Amino acid sequence: MLTKTFINTKIFQTSTFRLAAIYLLVFAVSAGSLLGYVYYTTVGLLERQTEDTIHAEIMGLADQYKLLGLAGLLDSINRRSSESNGEIYLLVGPDGKRVVGNLATMPPEITEDQIWSDFQISVGKEPNVVQHTARGFQVQLANEYELLVGRDVQELRQFRDLIREALAWAVGMSLVLGLGGGYMMSRNFLRRVDGISDATQTIMEGNLSGRMPVTGANDELDRLARSLNTMLSQIERLMTGMKEVTSNVAHDLRTPLTRMRARVEAALRQENKAEYKQALDQTIEECDQLLRTFNALLSIAQAEAGQMRQGLQALDLHEILIDVVELYQPLVEEAGGTLTLGESPPMRIRGDRQLIAQVLNNLIDNAMKYGETTEGQGAIIDVRGSTSDNMAVIEVADHGRGIASDDRERVLGRFVRLDQSRTKPGNGLGLSLVASVMTLHSGSLQLEDNNPGLRAVLRLPLLD
Amino acid sequence: MHTSELTIASLPGTELHMRILVIEDDREAASWLVKGLRESGHVVDLATDGQQGLNMALEAVHDVCIVDRMLPLMDGLTVIQKIRSADLKIPVLILSALSDVDERVKGLRAGGDDYLAKPYAFAELLARVEGLGSRKLLDPKDAKLRAMDLEIDLLSRTVTRGGKPIILQPREFKLLEYLVRNAGHIVTRTMLLENVWDYHFDPQTNVIDVHVSRLRAKLDKGFAEPLLQTVRGAGYMIRAH
Repeated sequence: MLTKTFINTKIFQTSTFRLAAIYLLVFAVSAGSLLGYVYYTTVGLLERQTEDTIHAEIMGLADQYKLLGLAGLLDSINRRSSESNGEIYLLVGPDGKRVVGNLATMPPEITEDQIWSDFQISVGKEPNVVQHTARGFQVQLANEYELLVGRDVQELRQFRDLIREALAWAVGMSLVLGLGGGYMMSRNFLRRVDGISDATQTIMEGNLSGRMPVTGANDELDRLARSLNTMLSQIERLMTGMKEVTSNVAHDLRTPLTRMRARVEAALRQENKAEYKQALDQTIEECDQLLRTFNALLSIAQAEAGQMRQGLQALDLHEILIDVVELYQPLVEEAGGTLTLGESPPMRIRGDRQLIAQVLNNLIDNAMKYGETTEGQGAIIDVRGSTSDNMAVIEVADHGRGIASDDRERVLGRFVRLDQSRTKPGNGLGLSLVASVMTLHSGSLQLEDNNPGLRAVLRLPLLD
Repeated sequence: MHTSELTIASLPGTELHMRILVIEDDREAASWLVKGLRESGHVVDLATDGQQGLNMALEAVHDVCIVDRMLPLMDGLTVIQKIRSADLKIPVLILSALSDVDERVKGLRAGGDDYLAKPYAFAELLARVEGLGSRKLLDPKDAKLRAMDLEIDLLSRTVTRGGKPIILQPREFKLLEYLVRNAGHIVTRTMLLENVWDYHFDPQTNVIDVHVSRLRAKLDKGFAEPLLQTVRGAGYMIRAH
């Protein structure tokens, strides 16, 4: 009961209901004037016509009385009453008795001080006598004769009542429908808003998979719900990613920490200075590796959060390519491989020089580790830049074992290393960082088959 | 000494004994830092909050100042701004747990000369501090740099060793210039990557080492005395004399 009154008062506060009420008021005013006009032009016109006719007739009769005297008047009334078809005539003498006419007596409703009056008449032959309403005009003639001319207005009155009734119904119905419609609309609106509130509540309680209800009406509320749902999906994806990362981090950090702990413990048991030193050296190395992992995770998180987007500056990718290739060439060659930069046009983009360089660093590093045609021979790495469809395209390709097409999506995840033996150094974050930096730059990373080998394709929007 | 590899302990004691001001509120971290710097032959003063640190810096008796980014009473960046507005030219190294490039830029804009993210290797910090402390010894307008029998002409961009010209690529020239400007001091790999290539990320590979060994091959070819030396666990050094 409490909730019901609560909902009811809530409805009157909704914007829809207020809007409906205002519309109703405007509608009532305009409908009222329209109906008033209809009434005036139908019923009003008929009544005025009747009165005009009566008036004209009585004037005619009065003129006749003046010109032809009583005899002429009697003659005229007699003639007219015999053709009577709803017309009423009555002439009474000074004694109040009927002289001529189709009414027996002066109806009691007629008094001397009013000219127009409504009165009742009996119509039809016995036993089918019915009472009709008539309207009459009464004048005093000379010699205290009284003349009454009228019309049976029963049908007119019935018509008037009919019209009035219809108008009353129209007004009543529009009021009821307007109020009811407004109420229903508000209730519907309110119900949908409540649906959204409920969904929000569910999500706040921790159910991230909750979504705003979409009715399919495709109206503004649906559009709102849909954008909210897109946002919620994004949030859910980020949250799931975060949870996954947290558990991955916990798992991936436990291994080196366990190793470190065991090593230190073993060294402590030895009580030998050389052993201590070795254990400490290895511990520092392990710490550095852990720190690298943390830094890489932080970089990915920052790139994904997108806060660095304001820091992006106009730069030429071509120059970074030259720089990075020059930086890496000696290292690749030292390992017995080659690193070549093919033809590359100037590519102006908006980006972060450090992050782009790190992306290229990670791709070249991967190509060096996994791109060797034969183990220990060094990798043949080709880097090239081009432009297509307003995008700068950078390819880093090797001729190694490549990545199976099924794994190409998975390998972008954090801590994913396809090399199960984990003989090569690395933390499984390299490609994750590449992917998140590309997202930050509104670009993309695509891993393709280089037949054989892997071709990583970066696409970044060009500046116009 | 005919080897190109040294350890920190075997270094021909750096003649540079600096007076260093450390402004760091984490007492344990500060004590390790102070201990390390003292062991390296420097005189160290410690301030544990921003206000105290600023007061000590304004005495203008220190050669280098190490400032933590986040400090009680007065923020590290504010300390640096106040030092600069007092028109003190003392070199400042910023230490910070915030590692992103943006923070680095903010720190340098506030008037810092170098930026090191925590946690750091002590050898890295020492190399940077000594680099900063020695910077003022070199006149930046001097068109010629010298180290042992090596001479770099910054105007004609030519290098000679013992009068014999050495042909270098532009990047190798830049690398050598940086090493010689810091002659007598250890230069770490990170310092090289930051100052010669302007990259502030960790490449996770020994990419710098290969460049240095190529440069070394060009410099030392035909000479008995190695000019460019590797300092184990720390970085590289060109001897000044």
